[in-house]
Amino acid sequence: MHSFGFRANALLTFSLTILALICAMASISDNLNSPSPSAHVQVSNINRFQKSKGNDEVSMTLNVSANLQSLFTWNTKQVFVFLAAEYESPKNSLNQVSLWDAIIPSKEQAQFLIQTKNKYRFTDQGTNLRGKEYNLTLRWHVMPKTGKMFADKIVMTGFRLPEEYR
Amino acid sequence: MTTRERMGWIGETVDSIKSVKIRQSVSRAVSLGIIVTSALMMWKTLICITGSISPIVVVLSESMEPGFQRGDILLLHMGKDPIRAGEIVVFNVEGRNIPIVHRVIKVHERKDNGEVDVLTKGDNNPVNDISLYAPGQHWLRQEHIMGRAVGFLPYLGWATIIMKEKPVVKYAVLGAAALFVMITKD
Repeated sequence: MHSFGFRANALLTFSLTILALICAMASISDNLNSPSPSAHVQVSNINRFQKSKGNDEVSMTLNVSANLQSLFTWNTKQVFVFLAAEYESPKNSLNQVSLWDAIIPSKEQAQFLIQTKNKYRFTDQGTNLRGKEYNLTLRWHVMPKTGKMFADKIVMTGFRLPEEYR
Repeated sequence: MTTRERMGWIGETVDSIKSVKIRQSVSRAVSLGIIVTSALMMWKTLICITGSISPIVVVLSESMEPGFQRGDILLLHMGKDPIRAGEIVVFNVEGRNIPIVHRVIKVHERKDNGEVDVLTKGDNNPVNDISLYAPGQHWLRQEHIMGRAVGFLPYLGWATIIMKEKPVVKYAVLGAAALFVMITKD
């Protein structure tokens, strides 16, 4: 009953239970945070707009400004943020194309203003992009130190691609 | 008390001691079986609840750093919601036996049948995953995807990594556990 093995076992079980409880509480405490992020995106230039290998491809320059500081809590390891173009085409009910992303490791870096070309290729499945209306959606995934991951987005509407290739 | 009766009494005692021993070892075997089967039940229940054939995975590569490091544990959930960009999915590729955990960067969802074409990329990788897919495969489909990551536990997966890479440790742990079950008196 009081052998070394039993005591070691009891101690291990107890400490693991406490650890699990603390992790659960840290994750639950994330729910107390009610973030109020803001974002603004502007397409400053369409650099190239062509058909390549049978699919429309766009290269653009984007101005992205955002303040995601309120997403950070004590249980936040990093915030993954990305900007996606979203549109409908005759064949597809939804197309989501990630244009740019970043990993924000700390609260201090969560307020930013950058000018960037699209990091990933903006290609369509087909040739539906001329004159296409699309949304730019800033999405983020909050990756915790432990526990549940959170995700949310800000949708910005009313963008339109040129009528002609250039 | 006659001699014969005394002999009978001793024999009975020996028998009863024997039966206690047998009973004890049987009950030990049963409780060991209960431990094993209840672990199996918990795993299968998790599979049912999460809808993913492998509800818990251990991160093995550095491709999602600094978000996920080698040895971290991910909790997966499949759910009925369609796959969307930004989600972290675990997928299988034909010809590879280790599933990959990467982020979705592109989604094209068909209008007629709702099927999706998905492109993934590791946060820490410079390029997308097309070179990781099977030859000639450009997109992942729903059937390649085992689940999406919803929760995260740091470091715990190291136990399985060590056991997989150093089989000696595995046998030592298993041996110690078996020995513990055998010799402990309850």
